[in-house]
Amino acid sequence: MEKNYMKLEFSSKSSNESFARVVVAAFASQLDPTLEELSDIKTAVSEAVTNAIIHGYEYGEGVVLVEATIENNSIEIIIQDNGKGIDDIDKAMEPFYTSKPDLERSGMGFTVMETFMDELVVESNIEKGTKVRMVKKFKSLPYEE
Amino acid sequence: MQISMDIINDNLIVTLKGELDHHTSEDARKSIDQQYYKNNLLNIVLDLRGLSFMDSSGIGLIMGRYKNCKEERGNMSIVSTSPSIDRILKMSGLLKLMDVYSNIDEAIKD
Ligand SMILES: Nc1ncnc2c1ncn2[C@@H]1O[C@H](COP(=O)(O)OP(=O)(O)OP(=O)(O)O)[C@@H](O)[C@H]1O
Ligand SMILES: [Mg+2]
Repeated sequence: MEKNYMKLEFSSKSSNESFARVVVAAFASQLDPTLEELSDIKTAVSEAVTNAIIHGYEYGEGVVLVEATIENNSIEIIIQDNGKGIDDIDKAMEPFYTSKPDLERSGMGFTVMETFMDELVVESNIEKGTKVRMVKKFKSLPYEE
Repeated sequence: MQISMDIINDNLIVTLKGELDHHTSEDARKSIDQQYYKNNLLNIVLDLRGLSFMDSSGIGLIMGRYKNCKEERGNMSIVSTSPSIDRILKMSGLLKLMDVYSNIDEAIKD
């Protein structure tokens, strides 16, 4: 498929979580994904956006940036915040690690992203923010024109 | 998301419909805890069959209610028939802590 790009910016409000995952899923549907692949993408986007809101901005005001690029049979999704950042990324990505157990977080967000997507890269700077890059390769080859 | 609750003996039957994420889980948590403690119940049966989406916020919700049930010496069980939700439940280790049934009658019987 010819390269295609989208960008979305929204306030760090929890009501935008479903909005963000629906937009990315609608964009991804050009690649004719299976229902399972679509559900994987929605879940991964939801995890990263929720993290930006809860951990990046700690429920405060901020802007979450979501970008997606389709190329051939894969989609690259980037989710960014300008929030507090992560000081130990390796530790943050461990299954069950959470800095907010009091909020009933399970510490499974990064594990879900890793399992449901084919690639996951996290970059972060303290007080500057966090950037999550994920790639999903679709099994079904797109229709050739 | 819609939440409805029934009481059968010592069991709180919670039926969730729609999308369970960070945004919707807060309300679900408050409603469930309120009914559970107000009626001095023992067990919780969480019916997830009506959910079209669940992320790790759902795991947090289930884990928290499980702890409450254990504190009251009760049990928690789940009703689910969706492969995508079952995948998340398995990944989180929740299936080692509680049983998953395909309908509410079975969940109560055990
Ligand atoms: N955007 C972010 N900004 C700052 N810290 C983050 C960000 N994303 C994740 N973290 C840190 O990484 C930890 C692990 O994130 P992860 O999503 O795996 O678990 P969680 O959000 O704590 O729990 P869950 O996702 O299961 O509700 C978080 O507890 C937080 O400390
Ligand atoms: Mg998270």
